[in-house]
Amino acid sequence: MILLDRVSKSYNPKTAPALERISLHIEPKEFVIIVGSSGAGKSTLLKLLTREEKPTSGKIIVGGIDYEHLKDKQIPMLRRKIGVVFQDFKLLPGRTVFENVAFALEIIGVSNREIKHTVPRVLDIVGLKGKEDRYPKELSGGERQRVAIARAIVRQPKILIADEPTGNLDPKHAWDVIRVLEKINHYGTTVLLTTHNQEIVNKLKRRVVTIEGGHIASDKANAGYKS
Amino acid sequence: MPHRWISFRRIVGAGCQSFVRNAWLSIAAMAVMTITLTIVLFSVIANATFSKTIADIRSHIDVSVYLVDGITEQQRTDLTKQIQSIDNVKSVSYTTKEQALTQYKQQNQGNVSLQLAISETDNPLPASLHIKLYDPDRINDIKKFLDKPSVKALQSDETSYSGDQKVAIDKITKATTFIREAGIVGVIIFAIISMLIIFNTIQMAIFNRREELNIMRLLGATKWYIRGPFIVESVLYGVVSALISVAVCNGLFAVSSTTLNANSLGLLDIGYANRYFAAHFWAILGVQIGLGVFIGVVSSLIATQRYLRFKGGSTS
Repeated sequence: MILLDRVSKSYNPKTAPALERISLHIEPKEFVIIVGSSGAGKSTLLKLLTREEKPTSGKIIVGGIDYEHLKDKQIPMLRRKIGVVFQDFKLLPGRTVFENVAFALEIIGVSNREIKHTVPRVLDIVGLKGKEDRYPKELSGGERQRVAIARAIVRQPKILIADEPTGNLDPKHAWDVIRVLEKINHYGTTVLLTTHNQEIVNKLKRRVVTIEGGHIASDKANAGYKS
Repeated sequence: MPHRWISFRRIVGAGCQSFVRNAWLSIAAMAVMTITLTIVLFSVIANATFSKTIADIRSHIDVSVYLVDGITEQQRTDLTKQIQSIDNVKSVSYTTKEQALTQYKQQNQGNVSLQLAISETDNPLPASLHIKLYDPDRINDIKKFLDKPSVKALQSDETSYSGDQKVAIDKITKATTFIREAGIVGVIIFAIISMLIIFNTIQMAIFNRREELNIMRLLGATKWYIRGPFIVESVLYGVVSALISVAVCNGLFAVSSTTLNANSLGLLDIGYANRYFAAHFWAILGVQIGLGVFIGVVSSLIATQRYLRFKGGSTS
């Protein structure tokens, strides 16, 4: 599903590269956690996958699409296929919960009727039923995060990338979010999440890829805890 | 495809919404655009009016040949025939001494002393031949003929070539050319200013909404879905400005023809301008809207191209 082959990314030729010759292979329907301290390169990795950035060298193939041959005008199509939950949520403050999620569907030309049908169901999956008419500023951090997730999955992407989805959340909310992600994974979506939350990493018996200083330090399936 | 239509509807809707929300910002853009279009409108109408006025005056140009008192009827008829045979001559008409006197009295009705003076003498006014020409500028043929000694002998006074009317025509022609050129220069200048202001307005709108636009981009909205509303907004600037410009003109004509009530303002025939405007109303409206939309679309295309870059590799 996702293949990175000796991918390097250097923002500035004078400083050390953000990522150096990273190779990573993720199968469909996997649930992968990427850990590393701040600045280790996690966000860069995600930006390469969403084509926010281009690699300095190396090959990236996602869902059968080779990024090297991707033309600029094909990028919107690519971004529709990958659901992204951003670290800072990126919700539209002037729109309600419903409208924020519906936005993702409007952009691809889905009819209003279908939107009215789909959005409530997705909000139900993330546990926000009844809060359709609230505005982001009226919600707690965990709820906002769940709106972001709802928007990311409403188009039923094959891949879901979540950047620090439990970032500023207290344990209870953090686990709520993780459970939603697991549910989504259960339905067949490949999930890739980054975190520096040790507790979560330890409790989830999932594949853990550790990035340090731009390199992959370890890649363990069913990792219990970091050594 | 149904979803293309839905997207189009959404883009147009977003553009209209933006237009309304940016009302205060748009006022500057629309004011300048309205001025530009009004200049175009005025130039066109002034041009047409001047041309008509010239044509009118020219049709009245004639050459007056004053005949000596003793001329015989045979001489007069011969002379008339000879003049008629000249290429440029449209028609020749004859005014008798008596008719000349009557006309003179009529023209100077208010002047009592003149009336008294006239009645105390014999009719001093000569009979005359009025020659109407096809082309008032080509008077050489006539002049040559009338200057012949044999013809001159039949004339009592110097031939009148409606000198002052020709001066009027030259004045108007100069004015027309000036207006036309000034109009073109004015339109170009204001069109450029319009474009710059719309450009700026859109730039500000993009800046104000950059967060939202960025999110749209990250969620996979196409370039046109993001650019579209701005272009729609500019189209609205063009249309509304055109409507205002035409309405203002309409109002001005309505007011001027009732209050001024003088259909001529010196050299100008305001009545004609009014009728011209009314007769070509739909064409004028169409051109105004077309021009307004053109200016709006070009400005917004450039503005959105510059400020909404979609390089996949960068985070702009």
